[in-house]
Amino acid sequence: MAVVFEKTKGLTEKETHYCPGCTHGIIHRLVAEVLEELDVLGETVGVAPVGCSVLAYEYFNCDMQEAAHGRAPAVATGIKRALPDKVVFSYQGDGDLASIGTAEIVHVAHRGEKITTIFVNNAIYGMTGGQMAPTTLIGQKTTTSPLGRDSNLTGFPLRMSEMLATIDGAVFVERVSVHNPAAIRKAKKAIKKAFEVQLEGKGFGIVEVLSTCPTNWGMTPVKALGWLEENMIPYYPLGNFKSPEEAK
Amino acid sequence: MAKGKVIFNEDICKGCALCTTNCPVNIVVLDTSRINQKGYHPATLSDPEQCIGCANCAMMCPDNVITVERF
Ligand SMILES: Cc1ncc(C[n+]2csc(CCOP(=O)(O)OP(=O)(O)O)c2C)c(N)n1
Ligand code: SF4
Ligand code: SF4
Ligand code: SF4
Repeated sequence: MAVVFEKTKGLTEKETHYCPGCTHGIIHRLVAEVLEELDVLGETVGVAPVGCSVLAYEYFNCDMQEAAHGRAPAVATGIKRALPDKVVFSYQGDGDLASIGTAEIVHVAHRGEKITTIFVNNAIYGMTGGQMAPTTLIGQKTTTSPLGRDSNLTGFPLRMSEMLATIDGAVFVERVSVHNPAAIRKAKKAIKKAFEVQLEGKGFGIVEVLSTCPTNWGMTPVKALGWLEENMIPYYPLGNFKSPEEAK
Repeated sequence: MAKGKVIFNEDICKGCALCTTNCPVNIVVLDTSRINQKGYHPATLSDPEQCIGCANCAMMCPDNVITVERF
């Protein structure tokens, strides 16, 4: 008898505060599994954001630092420059990364900082009660777009991966999802590649992970997986946007 | 004979049902006759003998409730 699946050592014993079925938990696990497999848990410093994953420092079994809202890439820059031998990552939601922290993520890519960003796009501000994010889909109802997002009033959803891929300093950019086991396996591969790119000193890497917020989307966790697949993936296509040759 | 064995750390299950969505033999269910210490109906197997040990259920679990062994 062989154990084919058990909890990774990359996570602490702490139970998460996430709502039932929130896919933040799956994404945490994938990052932690990759850090364990690359054998860098003792060498890693993660930077937690403001948003539902604000307590990520309680869950990852490596050194962690909390940053002000949107500023995780700036804090990660400081850590990586002071301690260039460490593996440094930021973990950020779409409100954090694509709204208040847009300047920080653009310029961390622009400077080609050798860090890895895990960008959790759930198309809404989860922590604060389901307000519209720049990534909210057209027609999507949120507490601040109760009739559905209207592009005349609030523009179109922002595709961060496509935008960041145009920046030379960003060397690895991929969008993945976690709505079924096959997607989860692909997501893990992309996260691993992004960390390998950092270990090889090649430049900035980001993996955008489409994620659910059953609570603020107002649906069961299982329905939320279907909503992600049917509504988010057509607008936010999955795939690799940029990769150094060897990482492909 | 079952090819796989699934162990649930039932106390920390949040009853979200994500583990029930991708079982190839459709045996992962919420036990609606019981409530765990968190106040949720915990996930369980309706027919453990059919498990093939593919670990799809564990892959889907956001809360690391599930351990899978294969014979
Ligand atoms: C400077 C500052 N402005 C606003 C807030 C309020 N705030 C907390 S979390 C959040 C957005 C979180 O959304 P997201 O980053 O998408 O993460 P999620 O909760 O969905 O995982 C906001 C606006 C804050 N904490 N600090
Ligand atoms: S509010 Fe949304 S993003 Fe936050 S923990 Fe709950 S389901 Fe997850
Ligand atoms: S390991 Fe596979 S076959 Fe067994 S219960 Fe889980 S999903 Fe079903
Ligand atoms: S996915 Fe995990 S937390 Fe959700 S019901 Fe299944 S075992 Fe419980």
